[in-house]
Amino acid sequence: MDANSELKRTPFYDIHVRIGGRMVPFGGWEMPVQYEGIVAEHTAVRTAAGLFDVSHMGEVEVKGKQAFAFVQNLVANNVAKIQNGQCQYTPMCNEKGGIVDDLLVYRHDQEHFMLVINASNIEKDFAWMKAHNPMQAELRNISSETAELALQGPKAQAILQQLTDFSLDEIKYFWFSEFQVANIPMLVSRTGYTGEDGFELYFDPRFAEKAWEALFEVGKGDGLKPAGLGARDSLRLEAGLMLYGNDLDDDTTPLEAPLKWTVDLSKEFVGRRALLEKGPRKKLTGFELLERAVPRHGNKVVVEGREQGVVTSGGFSPTLQKSIGFAYIPPKPQETIGIVVREGKVAKAKCCSTRFYKREK
Amino acid sequence: MKFTKEHEWVERQGELAVEGITDFAQHSLGDVVSLELPKAGKAFKQGESLAIVDSMKASSDVYAAVSGEVAEVNEQLLQNPQWINESPYEKGWLVKLKPSDWNEADTLMDKEQYDEFVAKQEKH
Repeated sequence: MDANSELKRTPFYDIHVRIGGRMVPFGGWEMPVQYEGIVAEHTAVRTAAGLFDVSHMGEVEVKGKQAFAFVQNLVANNVAKIQNGQCQYTPMCNEKGGIVDDLLVYRHDQEHFMLVINASNIEKDFAWMKAHNPMQAELRNISSETAELALQGPKAQAILQQLTDFSLDEIKYFWFSEFQVANIPMLVSRTGYTGEDGFELYFDPRFAEKAWEALFEVGKGDGLKPAGLGARDSLRLEAGLMLYGNDLDDDTTPLEAPLKWTVDLSKEFVGRRALLEKGPRKKLTGFELLERAVPRHGNKVVVEGREQGVVTSGGFSPTLQKSIGFAYIPPKPQETIGIVVREGKVAKAKCCSTRFYKREK
Repeated sequence: MKFTKEHEWVERQGELAVEGITDFAQHSLGDVVSLELPKAGKAFKQGESLAIVDSMKASSDVYAAVSGEVAEVNEQLLQNPQWINESPYEKGWLVKLKPSDWNEADTLMDKEQYDEFVAKQEKH
């Protein structure tokens, strides 16, 4: 059987192929890993702007009188802290405190939310949500009715502003609004997964081609480039952002991951009890390699002379020109660790914060 | 110039064999960002891993195209790994070996055979 036959395609698939995207399987989807090259696309996002097709991401609409109560019970962060028109990043935990998924909560109002979930988790998450809905909020999986583009980089606002009358200055970081862009009705949030300023755009997939063309029409003068999953991964790694399936999974708690800031133990939610009772068995640390080699997902980690950790994300940082990564090690803080980059080669690494890159504001 | 099934090229330059990776190899790897080269004087048998090329996507072994001792490595490449992408057959050379047996080169593919080999791989 051809493994590719099962892969899903986004509404931008034909565009990717036409402009030379190198298509690869990712989380059940056929997605562009790169167009021109990962470094060129990465650099475009840090210095100008990049456009990512992120339509593989899932969206769930929550409506009804019980919408707020449902979301508040479902996720670890305190949804009462966000207002209408605001977004919040949060883990969604299982009863053991492990992470079912990490997601973005969009609050339209008390009775209307949108949850943005990871592509590879759509079916799992939606089943989980339905199973944790005693208050009978109205849930609808709108993933296939939603196209999503991420416009990221210091020039993102200047580019997007040319396509709308809405003043983008009014959208603060992690807020959203609904208006027309290139005469297409869109939900636009000031969010992203790159560590740069930027926007995520949600709209009807039948406008996919029109939206893409319009953005490049106005953006090419500002250095806008199409950017693939390769650059998305290296950008989020530099910015210290977690990737579900690599850094987070059903057996890892947000307190083991560097996500304590997203957990509010003062409210009730699924997994709270376990998080209160169970101490962290491991901790995620950032690291920077002190030798010439590139760490990769799955490399073993030597701590105090013994293999007792694993690299969950690793790579070369084009911005910092260094090899960096995230690793889970026992909870005790370490100054240096060893990364088994391949059989017989242990490269020394310095432990550090996961925020390798911070943009100047 | 001769070629291996692992997508290395090797070319005789006087008493030495210059080795690098092919255009097909650099294209599949994508942006090369780092590499590890052997020390001069170290000996390798044909097919042994003598260098590592790290791209944004993956790290790959480079195997000795012929047996021999490392006479020289491309030190400048360490500061300019992108030369492997930009100029795989010239500025992107990796090592110069002093071969112990030139006859080993006869086991490798010539340009025509290699092009055919690559064309077959691309179909998959």
